[in-house]
Amino acid sequence: MHNNLLLLPIIIPFFTAMVLLFARKNVMYQRTVTMIGLIAAIVSAFYMLNIVYVDGPQTVTFGSWPAPFGITMISDMMSILLVVTTLVLTFFIVWYSFSAIGIEREKFYYYPGIMFILTGINGAFTTGDIFNLFVFFEVFLMSSYLLIVLGGEKQQLQGSIYYLVINIISSALFVITVAFLYSVVGTLSMADIALKVAALEQPAILTVIAVLFLVVFGLKAAIFPLFFWLPKAYKSAPAPILALFGALLTKVGVYAIIRTYTLIFVHDQSFTHEMLMILSILTIIFGCIGALAYFDVTLIIIYNIVIAVGVILFGVSQMNSAGLEGAMYYLVHDMLIKAALFMLGGILIAITGTANLRKMGGLMKRYPLFGWTFLIAAFSLAGIPPLSGFIGKLLIVESGFEANNPWMSIVILLSSLVVLLSVIRIFIYAFWGEEQQTTTSISQATYTQQFTPVLLLVAVTVAYGVGAELVAPYMSAAGEALLNPSIYIDAVMGGE
Amino acid sequence: MKTNDVILQFTAKLVFFIIFLFSVHIFMAGHYTPGGGFVGGLLAASAIVLLILAFDLKTVQAGFPINYRIMTAIGLVLALGTAAFPMFDGKPFFTHYFDYFDLPFFGKTSLHTAMLFDAGVFLVVVGVTMTIIQSIGEDE
Repeated sequence: MHNNLLLLPIIIPFFTAMVLLFARKNVMYQRTVTMIGLIAAIVSAFYMLNIVYVDGPQTVTFGSWPAPFGITMISDMMSILLVVTTLVLTFFIVWYSFSAIGIEREKFYYYPGIMFILTGINGAFTTGDIFNLFVFFEVFLMSSYLLIVLGGEKQQLQGSIYYLVINIISSALFVITVAFLYSVVGTLSMADIALKVAALEQPAILTVIAVLFLVVFGLKAAIFPLFFWLPKAYKSAPAPILALFGALLTKVGVYAIIRTYTLIFVHDQSFTHEMLMILSILTIIFGCIGALAYFDVTLIIIYNIVIAVGVILFGVSQMNSAGLEGAMYYLVHDMLIKAALFMLGGILIAITGTANLRKMGGLMKRYPLFGWTFLIAAFSLAGIPPLSGFIGKLLIVESGFEANNPWMSIVILLSSLVVLLSVIRIFIYAFWGEEQQTTTSISQATYTQQFTPVLLLVAVTVAYGVGAELVAPYMSAAGEALLNPSIYIDAVMGGE
Repeated sequence: MKTNDVILQFTAKLVFFIIFLFSVHIFMAGHYTPGGGFVGGLLAASAIVLLILAFDLKTVQAGFPINYRIMTAIGLVLALGTAAFPMFDGKPFFTHYFDYFDLPFFGKTSLHTAMLFDAGVFLVVVGVTMTIIQSIGEDE
């Protein structure tokens, strides 16, 4: 089914960014236009979600070219769910930015940067062409370079060097890998690649390419052993930018791994998916070590990204319906909750003036609501029922038992305890104990302004967990589409 | 340090027009033969850079009082507008329209909407290149 409307969640942020470029000094203009653009994009994304749910995957092939030759954009259940999640959490992050990012950055293309990053991310989720995927990766990377160096503090520049170098290397590797793949199958449309790979029965060279793709996307997604850059690069970014990056950027890498490993490289699972499973378990273990090792709020939450990536990819590597559905649940949950946690961490740092847990304490007396919100977010992250992390994790653990990998599932269960411990440690150190002499950098009014969007976002995650019944049909549709690549292929190649 | 560069400045003024007209030619040639908005834009930007080298940043800014950031934004809107237009016509994004027209003076000419998209690219390339060069140049 050809449907131009699926492009709206990409075009609206893109157009908003252009409109923002015209008056960068006018902060009120920047804020208003950004919010209008985001709301319009969210409405269009929900509209598309409904269409995809009712009518199945929607496609549009650019320039009226026939399918494998033109660039196809395809909105299937997984894409549109991720697009919706991205837009919703960006809405809250932008709202939080109003009071947290600082007027200087707002005047220097902060909002256009966010809008361009959304263009790239939504494009990457939606495109059905592997080279176009690279292009959208570059679009959001370019904008992320802007956001990560914006402000030009010394610490920030040190961190951004890691970020820049690692991403330039991985982008180069990405193009090379796409070229390898093209030289073997002679096409770039992912649906067509899937058909050609099936016809070739995946000879050894394609397994090599599959591993190369895992390296490329693994660098972005921060899997073991390629996550080393993540803490260094993210640590020094301001809270709203950190929330945006932590919630979205690694997840695009995860999305790309899920897409390629369920659609294209599915013929040698005893090697590729086995390897993905082992790497994801190692990712979880090393993430746990990192999350327990630090007394720095930001670093603890950053290492929790790594753990979550491992959990999601483990679900994918099992290649059964429970695993894929669980991975979808957990992916959406993790995007929302990571954004909330990073913003909560940002407020915590703003209130106490330090990121060091040992120097905090006794906040419960003055900020009770903040404390309880943090506790709910922490429980949700660890997957305590009925909060949002639970169902995804349950399905993923189940899939491990189903696929005869019980020990791996047990590792995931144990990792939940570590996750809980790591975030509860923040709670205990920051909210319990003696009240410490702190250098609060924000006023009560600013605190309220910063806290409101975060509270609402946590409420959204709670609703996502409690209302799991309502989202279940969407998730199982997404899982089913991942398990049966033919749905995707037919939608693209079936044409008009 | 004051150098005597009368010859350079005189030549640059002449060569600027040659390069600029050539960039327009390359831009127009772009549809069927090698060329297009990107190369054209780079050439046009390089013509301005030549002037900056021969004179200095301030003189050239006074000569072309253009805000290159706004120029980039206009280029983007033009490109996106051309690409998105077919959506209102029920055709896929990026579909282009073309036809042959009998224009006075030019004779039979083929006109494409792809040219408008390319004009957007041209503006973006000039805008971005000049923004980069100006920011680095101002930094001394």
